[in-house]
Amino acid sequence: MDALRGFALLLLWQAAGEAIAHGLGVPVPGPVIGLLLLLPGLAVPAVRRVVGAAADVLLAHLSLLFVPVGVGVVTHLALLSQYGLQLVVVIVLSTWIGLAATALALRALLPRAAPGQEPPRG
Amino acid sequence: MAEFVQLWVYLSSTPLFGLTATLATYVTAQALYQRSGHAPWANPVLWSVLAIGTVLLATRTPYPVYFAGAQFIHVLLGPAVVALGWPLWQRRIELRTRGAALVLAALAGGVAAAASAVAIGWAVGLPPEVLRSLAPKSVTAPVAMGIAERLHGIPALAAVFAVLTGMVGALSGKYLFDLLGIRDWAVRGFAIGTAAHGIGAARALQVHPDAGAYAGLALGLQVLLASFLIPLAARAFAAG
Repeated sequence: MDALRGFALLLLWQAAGEAIAHGLGVPVPGPVIGLLLLLPGLAVPAVRRVVGAAADVLLAHLSLLFVPVGVGVVTHLALLSQYGLQLVVVIVLSTWIGLAATALALRALLPRAAPGQEPPRG
Repeated sequence: MAEFVQLWVYLSSTPLFGLTATLATYVTAQALYQRSGHAPWANPVLWSVLAIGTVLLATRTPYPVYFAGAQFIHVLLGPAVVALGWPLWQRRIELRTRGAALVLAALAGGVAAAASAVAIGWAVGLPPEVLRSLAPKSVTAPVAMGIAERLHGIPALAAVFAVLTGMVGALSGKYLFDLLGIRDWAVRGFAIGTAAHGIGAARALQVHPDAGAYAGLALGLQVLLASFLIPLAARAFAAG
């Protein structure tokens, strides 16, 4: 029941975010405004309990939510076959550059971690 | 045989088809992924997309027919973006103490990914509307679509690029981090959440709790930063 209540609250926050984005013409996606509005709300323990339960369920299965959009690839096969090789090069290289830039920047910015860490496996 | 074809035509034209196909395929792909010991190549999004896409093409089922059912899963992306506030809130202490470092790293990674995508895309001769759809590819798909729309790109294409980026990150992140000698789970998770959004974060969650938490944090931060900064950067670029 908690998760269901929390889900209703998440939808209400999203609706508020969409209303602000479209009503006031804020150039930020509605759910992002909803996320910002949610943060002060989480200071309330009752909100935290139900929203936390719903968020844990939604975020645990986050990758499922990308499947419908991902299948949309089939509608762009012409473009993808025309520019396929270029797109592969662009997407792979820029993802590696993004990963490396974030990781190296964060490692340089954080204080040295304690020695004796587990070996990497993921 | 004719009855079977009729039955298929009926079933495949109801919203039940898209919803069932998506969930059943994903649950199967997820089970195989677990059996493989969470091997990067067994990524469930990748195999679900390939399997459903192949079925649609083989049966000549138009994407809108599939999406009529799959949209019930797709709409959950909105509340899922809002729900990213939860990992942000849970990690508020880290955000307070390590906030400056995290925001700077998220900025560095986000800018590097978006700028390199547009620059390399331009260098290999991709058309402008494709470049505009590439810029938000490190942001989670629903937000990437919103940003691409504002940049006059193609939202559906932006979503596909975002999903492909997430898969590349989830598939190759481990090897890249090992190569760079990055062992701290927090750093690995944060980088994959920044550059490979939800699909990368989903993988990080399965690999290590610290990596998962920091990936969720990065995902939330990246959504906020990109939503505000990419349209601003595009406007500055167009004006200058």
